[in-house]
Amino acid sequence: MKSMAELEAIRQRTLQRINLRREDESENIRVVIGMATCGIAAGARPVMMAFMDEINKRSLSHVTVSQTGCIGMCRLEPMVDVYLPGKEKVTYVHMTPEKVGRVVAEHIVNGRPVTEYTIGAAEDK
Amino acid sequence: MRDLSLHILDLAENSVRAKAKLVTIGVGVDEKKKITLTIEDDGCGMDAELLQRVMSPFGTTRTTRKVGLGIPLMAQNARLTGGDIDVKSQVGVGTVFTATLYGDSIDCLPLGDLPGTVVSLVTANPEGPDFLLKCSSPKGEMSFDTREVRQALGDVPLNEPEIAAWMLEAIREELEPIFGGVIL
Ligand SMILES: Nc1ncnc2c1ncn2[C@@H]1O[C@H](COP(=O)(O)OP(=O)(O)OP(=O)(O)O)[C@@H](O)[C@H]1O
Ligand code: FES
Ligand SMILES: [Mg+2]
Repeated sequence: MKSMAELEAIRQRTLQRINLRREDESENIRVVIGMATCGIAAGARPVMMAFMDEINKRSLSHVTVSQTGCIGMCRLEPMVDVYLPGKEKVTYVHMTPEKVGRVVAEHIVNGRPVTEYTIGAAEDK
Repeated sequence: MRDLSLHILDLAENSVRAKAKLVTIGVGVDEKKKITLTIEDDGCGMDAELLQRVMSPFGTTRTTRKVGLGIPLMAQNARLTGGDIDVKSQVGVGTVFTATLYGDSIDCLPLGDLPGTVVSLVTANPEGPDFLLKCSSPKGEMSFDTREVRQALGDVPLNEPEIAAWMLEAIREELEPIFGGVIL
């Protein structure tokens, strides 16, 4: 296996990051990805991995990624909900790894949702 | 589903929903390119009646939608190659799901991103279950056990991005010599 010593170094770094996050709960951002069968078939896994990768690269310690099951809107999958503190949740539809970069940069980092990827935009069409 | 690793992800999510503590994912390829996938869990299991319904495309205990898709889709893709699926389950003990596929069939899906499947399972379910990946081919075998990672991390949760990146690399490194070139 890849070296456990390396994992220990990561553990130390991560611990610091988690403590930062705990001190300021109110700043935490949540990304929730639909991972039912239809979500997986539509491409939810690479979307989740792209979020993890982007968050890792930018060292965003206050962002957590999790999953939810069937939302009952198969035709809009992959779907992603983003929760910013004190704001309405924003639902992105037909997500792709390519779209993740903009969602992270504009919405998660700068607080401006990418309107054209949201469920509202999809339903206006 | 585009590849087998996505089927594995989907079936392992059934085990998560069945409240398993350990999910063992097996991927074996023999010298004749016969592929055996197993997803074994110690979750709630199914009784005979549910098991029978599950094997038909109209069986699901879901309330948001009437038909379960995961198992029928896997069955269809296995049968297209001349293979099949088998499910053994016991209430309170667990479930063993097996799919057999023939890798030399033109209808056989590629294996896909197995490390991505394991890491997204862990990321999505940081509190558990644990996942044990076991792979083998004529070139050798490997295993990856998230219980070891969990133990090494102590109180640090497994869904931290840097840990996900480490696990991806660790699994990739071990898989490469075993599956590189074996599955189309
Ligand atoms: N490992 C398991 N342990 C216990 N029950 C299971 C397991 N796998 C499947 N089941 C039962 O079989 C049903 C059908 O599974 P299947 O994957 O086909 O559909 P689903 O999970 O209900 O929905 P979908 O996969 O389409 O999101 C499940 O709802 C569940 O009740
Ligand atoms: S089955 Fe498609 S959203 Fe649930
Ligand atoms: Mg399922």
